[in-house]
Amino acid sequence: MTDEREDGEDVTTPLLEIRGLSVSYRTRGGTVEAVRGVDLDVWPGQVTAVVGESGSGKSTTAHAITRLLSANGRIDAGTVRFGRHDLTTLSEAELRTVRGARIGLVPQDPTVSLNPVRRIGDQVAEVLRIHGLATRRSAPAEAVEVLDRAGLPDAAVRARQYPHELSGGMRQRALIAVAIAARPELIIADEPTSALDVTVQRVILDHLQTLTQELGTAVLLVTHDLGVAADRAQRLVVMSRGKVVEAGPTGDVLAGPQDAYTRHLLASAPSLTTARPRTPVSAPEAETAPLLEARNLVKEYRLPRAGDGPRTLRAVDDVSLTLRRGRTLALVGESGSGKSTTARLVLRLTDATAGQILLDGTDVTTAKGAQARQLRRRAQLVYQNPYASLDPRFSVAEVITEPLRAFKVGDRASRLSRARELLDRVALPAATLERRPAELSGGQRQRVAIARALALSPDLVVCDEPVSALDVSVQAQVLDLLAELQADTGVAYLFISHDLAVVRQIAHQVAVMRTGRVVETGPPEKLFTDPRHEYTRELLSAIPGGRLPSPAQTATSRGAAS
Amino acid sequence: MSQSLVDDTALGLARPVDTAPGPEPRSRGDVRRLLRFLARRPGLLLSVVVLVLVVLASFWPGLFTSQDPLKGVPAQNFRGPSAHHWFGTDELGRDVFSRVVHGAQLSLKATLIAVLVAFVVGGLLGVVAGFVGRWVDDVLMRFVDVLLSIPALFMSLALVTALGYGTVKVAVAVGIASVASFARVARAEVLRVRQAVFVEASRASGARWYSVLGRHVLPNAAGPVIVLATLDFGSSILAVSALSFLGYGAPPPAPEWGTLISDGRNYLANAWWLTALPGLAIAATVLATNRIARALDGEWSRQP
Amino acid sequence: MRRYVIKRLAQAVGVLWAAYTVSFLVLDYLPGDPVTAMASAGMDSGQVDPQQIAALRHEYGFDKPVLVQYAEYLGRAVRGDFGDSVSTGRAVTSTLADALPQTLQLTGTALLLAVLLGGGLAVVATYTTQRWLRQLLLSLPPLGVSVPTFWVGLLLVELFSFRLHWFPAFGNDGLRGLVLPALTLAVPTGAQVAQVLAKSLLTALDQAYIETARAKGADRWRVHLRHALRNASLPALTVVGLLVGQLIAGSVVVETVFSRDGLGRVTAAAVTAQDIPLVQGVVVFGALIFVTTNLVVDLVYPLLDPRIVVASNGRAALA
Repeated sequence: MTDEREDGEDVTTPLLEIRGLSVSYRTRGGTVEAVRGVDLDVWPGQVTAVVGESGSGKSTTAHAITRLLSANGRIDAGTVRFGRHDLTTLSEAELRTVRGARIGLVPQDPTVSLNPVRRIGDQVAEVLRIHGLATRRSAPAEAVEVLDRAGLPDAAVRARQYPHELSGGMRQRALIAVAIAARPELIIADEPTSALDVTVQRVILDHLQTLTQELGTAVLLVTHDLGVAADRAQRLVVMSRGKVVEAGPTGDVLAGPQDAYTRHLLASAPSLTTARPRTPVSAPEAETAPLLEARNLVKEYRLPRAGDGPRTLRAVDDVSLTLRRGRTLALVGESGSGKSTTARLVLRLTDATAGQILLDGTDVTTAKGAQARQLRRRAQLVYQNPYASLDPRFSVAEVITEPLRAFKVGDRASRLSRARELLDRVALPAATLERRPAELSGGQRQRVAIARALALSPDLVVCDEPVSALDVSVQAQVLDLLAELQADTGVAYLFISHDLAVVRQIAHQVAVMRTGRVVETGPPEKLFTDPRHEYTRELLSAIPGGRLPSPAQTATSRGAAS
Repeated sequence: MSQSLVDDTALGLARPVDTAPGPEPRSRGDVRRLLRFLARRPGLLLSVVVLVLVVLASFWPGLFTSQDPLKGVPAQNFRGPSAHHWFGTDELGRDVFSRVVHGAQLSLKATLIAVLVAFVVGGLLGVVAGFVGRWVDDVLMRFVDVLLSIPALFMSLALVTALGYGTVKVAVAVGIASVASFARVARAEVLRVRQAVFVEASRASGARWYSVLGRHVLPNAAGPVIVLATLDFGSSILAVSALSFLGYGAPPPAPEWGTLISDGRNYLANAWWLTALPGLAIAATVLATNRIARALDGEWSRQP
Repeated sequence: MRRYVIKRLAQAVGVLWAAYTVSFLVLDYLPGDPVTAMASAGMDSGQVDPQQIAALRHEYGFDKPVLVQYAEYLGRAVRGDFGDSVSTGRAVTSTLADALPQTLQLTGTALLLAVLLGGGLAVVATYTTQRWLRQLLLSLPPLGVSVPTFWVGLLLVELFSFRLHWFPAFGNDGLRGLVLPALTLAVPTGAQVAQVLAKSLLTALDQAYIETARAKGADRWRVHLRHALRNASLPALTVVGLLVGQLIAGSVVVETVFSRDGLGRVTAAAVTAQDIPLVQGVVVFGALIFVTTNLVVDLVYPLLDPRIVVASNGRAALA
């Protein structure tokens, strides 16, 4: 053991050396090759990031290292040299002395990765007990100490609590504590912060970085976010479709990407320094009456009476917004900021507790029945998750024509031709009409959802996180499409997002929300360069990707800084 | 399906699947798919065969046996199973196989009535409770809780006491006893689908409530209720035969399955076939429907 | 917590009252003329004396409006008086009380067997890496729920009593007489326990926290028992609570098969004799057992699952 630790400090050889790794999954549909001939090195004390989109095999690679694959996964070929051992040839019992003790894992989603019926402290102590690093008596105290080191406030109190009593960020710290408890030489962090809000993400990553630097631990960071990788890693490995397409020191890869896919990924990564041309705004627009006006909206939810806490939750607190025709207003905020609730209020999918909603000067706050249906005709919605917002039993044609049928617009034939036209608009082939949602990719589904929203030629489309469920390269395409459609049809967007970089690309006006209130509004250029409110500044600085090259440096990026 | 198994579902999303077989005619593709599906599962294939045979026996018992189920040859009583009498003969010399085959009709009729009663009444309660919500939901579901609190067999026995004996009455009693479980499943499914994003999307695009119910909610909620109906078919066979075993079914000499076993019980020590073989028929039928229900419940929809 | 207990108790009483009402509707209201039914059943002859019917009608209060009858019956039931059996003339409550010990012994043993055998089967089947053993074990529960209970009982009698002479075929003698009936009753219940536990174990083993445990270096047995089973046993506990009522009702069939004295035999006899007060007593007793076991399960649940928080308004909810 001591030998290898010394080995590990020898910076001339990699700590982890993966050669020719191939992993496949056996499924009913046949064998899926998830990882094909991957080479990867992790050097002692360094952070190596594996970047790729969904299905690139990055997570499988990470799990194959300690053979934590699901039951149907198999390593077909390759070696994983760690210290003196090839991990692929170790017995299960030998491997257990490596897992947790010498290689720690920080899993993807902290909300489901802790055992819900066991106390936090016990779960940390378990690592120490398994590897004989603590006695039954000393383990609890040591677990508290490790939790404290992982940056969990009031560690002694938290150790006695259960996972559901902790926030997502705190749970991730508990999982980091599990990973570092035995002071391993390598930590594999699999999308450690993707499920967390951006400000929490930064704090957690900062802490992980400090910790590993102190202990000299190497980190293999798996992420879909090029920005995170660029900020944190010394070395970058880019994966696509199960293969490594590019690897090297972070600076080199970012400055001079050799592979076409890397260039594509860099170009589509939304960052604050890139901006796409938005729909041009004609000057006199400002004088016309606003399309949508919300005045002092309030939405309260009644809470189940628990202890002495407040009886109601103010999800939306005195929010006023104005949106003009053909423009885009973005609502930005983290989870729980009330941005989605605001959108639902505007569409009258929930009733406001107080305040007023005006559409084209007409008060629709309490619209019922026929009037509410007329509102639906003019205001449509695109949901966050295109996998859930389309009825799996419907064909694409049925999905798109549903609003037309609901309002008895035209006959069957004319509705179908309208659907065909709309598909063309969202750049999908007419053959898609007969398909079912399950046969389409995420990006294609979102296009179908957009086509449905446009079917009735509405004045307003509310987009609720329309791209956050999509891969970055697909995100860019969908955002472009939205901008194009706005230019063609003059539709106005109320655009809900947690992602400032996305908002920067599409919005004419931005409202930053926090705990139900709008803390700052303004045009994006001004808001992002000269934020007034403390919270806006915090949000901006938390955005990863500061080290990404600006578009001027990347030849492939389009429409540099407008 | 490959999706969730192949990592990187960072946001818990399924990856796109390329299952689109192109514009192949749907019906022929489906038949071929069904055959391939069955060929890979011999147990399921056997179950389908068993069920088909039972259904055939209940409609055309003559296909399987030419012997009279009611008339016996007293001289040939208590014969063990043989080539001539597959299931042997009973105390009056009647052919047991013929009695089992003819019994299929009574037992299956009772089972179908029971399932139908439970499906219609329970399904309706559940759909109304789930879709209307609010106080209607509360009232209906409290009622269902009460039904659930009385053990099913006791409920059936109480109904038999009130209604009297006979195949149809027993069937209704069994059906009412399983109304509660149908109501619960139907309600849970309607609620699940009603809260689905695509249902709100449909509402947001202006569809009226009846079109949301008919086009989105019911078709998507039907699956698990149909699976439950298949499962309930099996448990109803058991419940009906238990009641006829206790003597509340069709009066003798009608050859109901439970009654056959009850009759054979008196000769358990010297004629095992009188109980063992009719029981085997019941067990095989129930096992077959349960296997089919399991296939409907997941394997079929999960296959590529 | 105290408010939660009080509220759950009140709910339980409410359900019992409603169950009584349902049994009243089914048994006293539905038959149209229960007195004729009772009289003919009690007299055991086709010809019924009209005078006697009138007397019975008066005695049972059927000459009064339904609501008055209901109120009177309910008032007596609250005091534990379900009237007298029509066929024996004994009080329903004492008839049931006499029969109960035998049946509790039977169902208690059956429940123990079901949980031990069914639970053990599920744990072994999900733990083993031997494909054949897993498949063999997992094929047993579907079989167990598909066979008629009375048939299993008769086959066991045929084999172990008539052929092997290990256990008595009939009657209530001691422990040896308990083995076969309890085993018979445990088959469908144990099969259901095994199905539910195996399914929730497989679900639990698929959860992300299992991967965390494996990444700690925990061995399979530890992962299986300390992490998966602990979580998986919660849904199984709920199912066991629901199955207890079914076990009591199952005693009707099993006690008939093995000619054992007990609640089941009393019930079967009551139904045959159309002894309405006795059947009603049995139905309400069944509901009482069901409500009590579920009350216990509900009260124990928050102790086992920390996610269930009992709010001060007495409402248990998933946190």
